[in-house]
Amino acid sequence: MKKIKCECGHVNPEGTVLCEACGKPIEGNQHIDGNKKDSLLNMRYEGSARRSQTYNRSIVDKVWNFFSSVKVGVWLIIITLVASSLGTIFPQEMYIPPGANPVTFYEDQYGLAGKIYYQLGFHNLYSSLWFMMMIALIGVSLVICSIDRVVPLHRALKKQKPKRHHTFLKRQRIFGETKANVDMDAFKSNLHKNRYKVREQEGHILAEKGRFSRWGPYVNHIGLIIFLLGALLRFLPSMYIDDFVWIREGETEVVPSTGGKYYVKNEDFILENYDPQEDKRFQEALMNQNVPVASNYQTNAVIYERTNNDVVGAEPELKVLSREKIVVNEPAKFGGFALYQSSFQLDEFSSMSFTLHETGDESAVLGKFTVDLTAPKMEYKLDSGARVVIDEYFPEYYMDGNQPRSKSKFPKNPAFVFYVYPPDGGEPEVSFAGIGMNIDPTNENDYKLNLAGFDTRDVTGLAVKKDYTLPFMGVGGLIFMIGVIQGMYWNHRRIWLQPTEDGVWIAGHTNKNWYGLKRDIEKSIQDTGIEMPEDQQQLKG
Amino acid sequence: MDKTKKKRRRLIFRTLVLAVLVGLVVFAIIGNLSQDDAVVAVGDKAPNFELVQFGTNGERKSLKDFRGKGVMLNFWATYCKPCEEEMPYMQELYPEYKEKGVEIVGVNLDSTKLVVNRFIDKYNLTFTNLHDKNGQVMDLYGISPIPSTFFIDENGNVVDKVIGPLTLEKLEEHLKEIQPEA
Repeated sequence: MKKIKCECGHVNPEGTVLCEACGKPIEGNQHIDGNKKDSLLNMRYEGSARRSQTYNRSIVDKVWNFFSSVKVGVWLIIITLVASSLGTIFPQEMYIPPGANPVTFYEDQYGLAGKIYYQLGFHNLYSSLWFMMMIALIGVSLVICSIDRVVPLHRALKKQKPKRHHTFLKRQRIFGETKANVDMDAFKSNLHKNRYKVREQEGHILAEKGRFSRWGPYVNHIGLIIFLLGALLRFLPSMYIDDFVWIREGETEVVPSTGGKYYVKNEDFILENYDPQEDKRFQEALMNQNVPVASNYQTNAVIYERTNNDVVGAEPELKVLSREKIVVNEPAKFGGFALYQSSFQLDEFSSMSFTLHETGDESAVLGKFTVDLTAPKMEYKLDSGARVVIDEYFPEYYMDGNQPRSKSKFPKNPAFVFYVYPPDGGEPEVSFAGIGMNIDPTNENDYKLNLAGFDTRDVTGLAVKKDYTLPFMGVGGLIFMIGVIQGMYWNHRRIWLQPTEDGVWIAGHTNKNWYGLKRDIEKSIQDTGIEMPEDQQQLKG
Repeated sequence: MDKTKKKRRRLIFRTLVLAVLVGLVVFAIIGNLSQDDAVVAVGDKAPNFELVQFGTNGERKSLKDFRGKGVMLNFWATYCKPCEEEMPYMQELYPEYKEKGVEIVGVNLDSTKLVVNRFIDKYNLTFTNLHDKNGQVMDLYGISPIPSTFFIDENGNVVDKVIGPLTLEKLEEHLKEIQPEA
């Protein structure tokens, strides 16, 4: 390792811009921070050696130095930002309609752009390998950049001496000369009063306060890294689960992502609205709304635990764990899992009743039957001796060309093709009936089926959550904020004083808030005979 | 002496930090990938399950019952149009491949028996069809779009996985793959 020995006697590491001890600009290294002769010094990282070129031999050093560059880090962030925004142009795969085939969906919906979008993998961007890699590389860059800067900065601040090289003082932004005798003791006591830490060496003075503020960004990065670690832990199913289940009233479903261990039954879904007549407080606001405003979404649920451990699909033996009223923000909790009220569908058909008449004579009912839409029977025998056979059942009926079909298995728009066998045992007639329709395909039917009533039930949507990563997020976020506050609300201010043959030189530096520094200097030089230094940058500007 | 010591210490430090970081990245990526296909992949053992068979009086069949035969496991539903389109192909090839030791097992995702029974009658399906009413097996196999088909060899290993409908030619190719050696 080639070390650089400064004329003050201090030995600096290779790549140092300003001597750690006396601040003298080191010849041959000034290009690193873009310092020009006679201009103000660039004070970032105290001119310490950030990236040693000497250690660029092994592959480890090469990788290290690559990630140590802030320029690389910024580019990683820019690329990730641009990619993230591209991912929002079309919906992600998980948000396309259920059952749609992504291979064809994007091209059908968005044309060529959609096809390219799909083929480049943007339909699944945020969990794609390369996107993950980008986030990971940002994390790596963050860690290495921080290590490579905080260590030399700490070193430079620790090694700094009150006695500085005269060019260091001269090339500070705040600098002034006084050609007169000055009262050093008054100056020092003034500095103490302003809560400066004062160090002295051969008549040279260094007054410093708020150095603690310089560590703010690194504390902030530690918080960010803890936060990222928390996010990483979300990949472990033992730490984090986010799933969803639809349950129809009266039905019991297995809670997904629990390995079939827990079941939940929806006893009742309740949707309540504010009553403008009753609720005086919100009356006016409620009256302004044309639609009812919901006051409560609730699922009355029973949580079961499975006691046998058979293969999937086998009848489970269930033991009641608890009965819960699941309301928004008041989840049911069991075994580390929580069920949150998160969605609903109202009034799905559950059963339909029909009456049979002779066509044109609705007074005489030839029989009534009810079809349970969850388990329709093949045949219904009526009191009059007539029989009705269900030939086809479409839970969610639609016309596909001229062919009736069902969109799904859910009875959202149920329709039937019935064979009606007359009471006298004659030839059957075909009849097509559904919600709001009753079609006689031949127009010669002697009998007619009328919809006599229907029952509905609601469907509740529960989010299944488990999250042990929150403490990491919380602690990470807290440390992040502490770092921000540390760096934002404190300033690192330094004032140097150097005796000359016929008076003193005074110089000042701060990482922010130059006005505050100038006020501090003003207060410190009161009644000392020291002249107020000038802001060299302002003079030039 | 001091120089080389310092240099080595720095190398060790950098290597350690990089190793930890690489470890974390690898962990994240593996975690993410295994989340994507925490489901059944080619080469895996097909997980066993048990369901009620259509056309019987509540009789249950499990995947294990077919051990020793090649099994084509087809996830389908009556409301799924591409599923309906491939049904005749499956029925056409079934008698021939049954002789050769291959079983076709349909896992139906409908909610009502009536609809499925009518469908089976309509297409004269003679292969085994099981009722996955609550979608538990679908969940176990991580099925999202249907039709999805698994081709399982006589030892219960998944040989191939096809998402989307099959043509008659493709279907026959795949059936040949899982035909047990005589």
